[in-house]
Amino acid sequence: MMFIRYAIYRLMTMIVTLFVVSILIFIIINLPPGDYLSNQIAELRATGQAEGVAKAEFLRKEYALDRPLWEQYLIWAGFAPGPQGFSGLIQGDFGWSFEFDRPVADIVGDALWLTVLVNLAAVLFVYLVALPLGVIAAARSESWVDYTAAFVGYLGLATPNFLLALMLFYYGNKYLGLPIGGLMSPEYEGEPMSWPKVQSILVHMIVPTFVIGTSGAAAMMQRLRANMLDELSKPYVETARAKGLSPSRMLTKYPLRMAFNPFVADIGNLLPGMVSGSVLVSVVLGLQTIGPALLTALKSQDQFLAAFILMFVALLTLIGTMISDLLLVLLDPRIRYGARDG
Amino acid sequence: MAPLLEVDNLSIGFGEAPPVVSNVSFSIEPGETLALVGESGSGKTLTCRSALRILPGTAQIRQGQIRFNPDQTVASANDLLALSERKMRDIRGNSISMIFQEPMRSLSPLHRIGNQVSEVLRLHRDMTPKEAHKLVLNNFERVGFPDPERAYQSYPFELSGGMRQRAMIAMAMVAKPSLLIADEPTTALDVTTQAQVLGLIKDLQQETGMSVILVTHDLGVVANMAEQVVVMNKGRVMESGTAEAVLGSPAHGYTKKLFAAAPMIPEVAEPAAPLDIEDPILQLRRVRKTFTMRAGGWKESKEIYACRDVNLVLPRGKTLAVVGESGSGKTTCARIALGAEIPDPGSEIFFRPKAGEADVAIHDMSRSEKVAFQKQAQMVFQDPYSSLSPRMRIQEALTEPMEIHKIGDRTARRDKAAEMLRWVGLSPDMLSRYPHAFSGGQRQRLSIARALTLDPVLLVCDEPTSALDVSVQDQILTLLETIRDGMGLSYLFISHDLAVVSRIADDVAVMRQGMVVEQAPAETLFYNPRHPYTKALIAAQPEPDLNRPIDLSLVSKGAGAPDTWGEEFRFDGDTAPDLIELEPGHKVRAHV
Repeated sequence: MMFIRYAIYRLMTMIVTLFVVSILIFIIINLPPGDYLSNQIAELRATGQAEGVAKAEFLRKEYALDRPLWEQYLIWAGFAPGPQGFSGLIQGDFGWSFEFDRPVADIVGDALWLTVLVNLAAVLFVYLVALPLGVIAAARSESWVDYTAAFVGYLGLATPNFLLALMLFYYGNKYLGLPIGGLMSPEYEGEPMSWPKVQSILVHMIVPTFVIGTSGAAAMMQRLRANMLDELSKPYVETARAKGLSPSRMLTKYPLRMAFNPFVADIGNLLPGMVSGSVLVSVVLGLQTIGPALLTALKSQDQFLAAFILMFVALLTLIGTMISDLLLVLLDPRIRYGARDG
Repeated sequence: MAPLLEVDNLSIGFGEAPPVVSNVSFSIEPGETLALVGESGSGKTLTCRSALRILPGTAQIRQGQIRFNPDQTVASANDLLALSERKMRDIRGNSISMIFQEPMRSLSPLHRIGNQVSEVLRLHRDMTPKEAHKLVLNNFERVGFPDPERAYQSYPFELSGGMRQRAMIAMAMVAKPSLLIADEPTTALDVTTQAQVLGLIKDLQQETGMSVILVTHDLGVVANMAEQVVVMNKGRVMESGTAEAVLGSPAHGYTKKLFAAAPMIPEVAEPAAPLDIEDPILQLRRVRKTFTMRAGGWKESKEIYACRDVNLVLPRGKTLAVVGESGSGKTTCARIALGAEIPDPGSEIFFRPKAGEADVAIHDMSRSEKVAFQKQAQMVFQDPYSSLSPRMRIQEALTEPMEIHKIGDRTARRDKAAEMLRWVGLSPDMLSRYPHAFSGGQRQRLSIARALTLDPVLLVCDEPTSALDVSVQDQILTLLETIRDGMGLSYLFISHDLAVVSRIADDVAVMRQGMVVEQAPAETLFYNPRHPYTKALIAAQPEPDLNRPIDLSLVSKGAGAPDTWGEEFRFDGDTAPDLIELEPGHKVRAHV
């Protein structure tokens, strides 16, 4: 009951945050002088292409770019009627991409869930690798296991992602026959979902997951190791030993549970880092995620496309933090019952 | 009868260094209590932990045997130090179990108490979860949980220190071990709670017939609990024998020294005259302090009364002690008196720097008054380990207050620091050292020296000796007395220990739940304690004298909540009776 109340409370705060974030994003996108269309109009005028200018002027009116900024925001978000009536984010209209001359929804469509997929796979990879390695490194601290894990970890942190990607593509293709580039074989692109398509995507995801996840896993492992070492010197560990628990059960039941908190709290921080960190990797690897689209949109001031992608990343982050907050409440009774008896 | 546990010629060391425990031997019979007595660094903790083989990773057992014979047959006799780790796990928690010093930190905060206790049964007994649950509930009832099922479902942070230690005892007792090792089980507890926990261990021992190894530094606890005593110092056994022999006529010089240092509540023949309060240096009038506890999120916030109408007067050159358990509001009082905490409106605190001068209102100071006051009133803290910065040399630590107040030049400050070191019994050539080079007692001397560098007239001492060994505590108390009389200081002395207070205080105020329940000159208070809580505090004080055991019935009468006190003293919530004056200077909170 209490948990549900907290979840609702947390969801409300998330919505409020998302609203504030949308304002910030819109302001930041509009900070550089001019916009995509006014730049284009200037360029067309200079080269004397009159009908192009007319079309651009029409689009400017159509998307309300001629109105003051605050009105533009309200129309974009869907709080106020624009030239087409209420048609903004909350009505499900994400706007028009001037660069690609198509609706934003069409451009990002597939890329959206592929982005989610790649990043979830990377997060999963981070946790699956960091958890056992961090625990072992702490339990056998200052032994060869610890040092090896630390060495490999720092190597992973220090190598630029795209370089790692190129190397893995080369050797993965040479020895394991892994495909190079893309998130699926070209013949499945634009096709409806089918089992061969899923297989193709899974095979294509191996290298990107590894590349995007390595540095995160290395950092996470070191954090977990440090937390575990702190916990291992606490008196309750001694109590558990004096009970006659075996070392492995003692380790997983007590100190790991304690060291888990920061681990869980990191979910929210991990996501945005990965999405923005994977932009370059996506470009190098030719992944059809929103990364490359974001890069193009920001370069050409394609404001609706850029704003939508940033909103999407913000949403992912907020959902990540909400999940980690809710998990913390479930995991840690001190947060759950902290105020139960005053 | 064969001994249950026999430690034979045990030596433990770290790395290449000489052993920290050397050639220790003792044995304990079934059903007996053996006290391992010593100060910090004596090796008593390492010795008792080696019986369970839960030493720190870097400690090595260099030689010796620990023979354990739970069934009194030749077949069951084992050398614990030679057993495999697997077999050792069957012994831990099962036939030998342990209670630790800090109940606050010895339980996992994330697991329910019931889960942690019944884990012992899951490990060592072939029981269904239901049977284990039932047995644990029985145990909880036995150790004094009013609602065992609720305790089973609780998390450690929901229980008080005493209740957590009871849960620890339940955990240690649930598998019915033949030996219980208690490592300073009551050191972190209030004195009344200590008395109750010791009583509980004794009762349980009588019921189950187990043996107890009690590790402690407190001879009073020893006298109340032990049949056999082993006194350790610097890793060696100094003296051992029956409690009557060791406590009755200590033979070794070290044991005698411990005895001399152990603080005792004196037997007082007649009450003292009330203090002369014509020239008060500090006055607290109707001091109240309310803390608002934010419960977070959507919960209503709660008000907590740390101080309720506290009236105290400290005459110049005297020591006023404020005594109470943790949470009684005594430290808040001290902080308010120093101006470090702002009391609720209406509270008044007056400070008179010199006899005949005008009072300064601490609750309403101007900026310049505040600076002047900070020079004249200084504080000595409880923990000498964390109150000195490890990165500052002693000279910097001692001259810093003078730099802040812009007193003197470099050489003058240095001379002053050297002079203060001499006052506290240290040598001026220690000025260039760092704090880590000093022992706990020396550090406390240093923090006293630092408090004295500004020539204060008022010193607030917040439990200045409770983190120290008894012999060091004795030295520090002597030092404080010498300085008070030599420099004409006045002390506001905060403590939970009536024995320490009886030694140094002129006037004593006993606090409970933010209120002064009894106040009198020290001798009067010990001659004629009236309030049940004061009586409980005095009765709970363990005395190193076999003929004066703790009177548990007196303790339980006064240590409970205010609504369980006798008719005269009882109060409930906000409606407390007033303080009434029984005889000059002796006030008690009671209905007329």
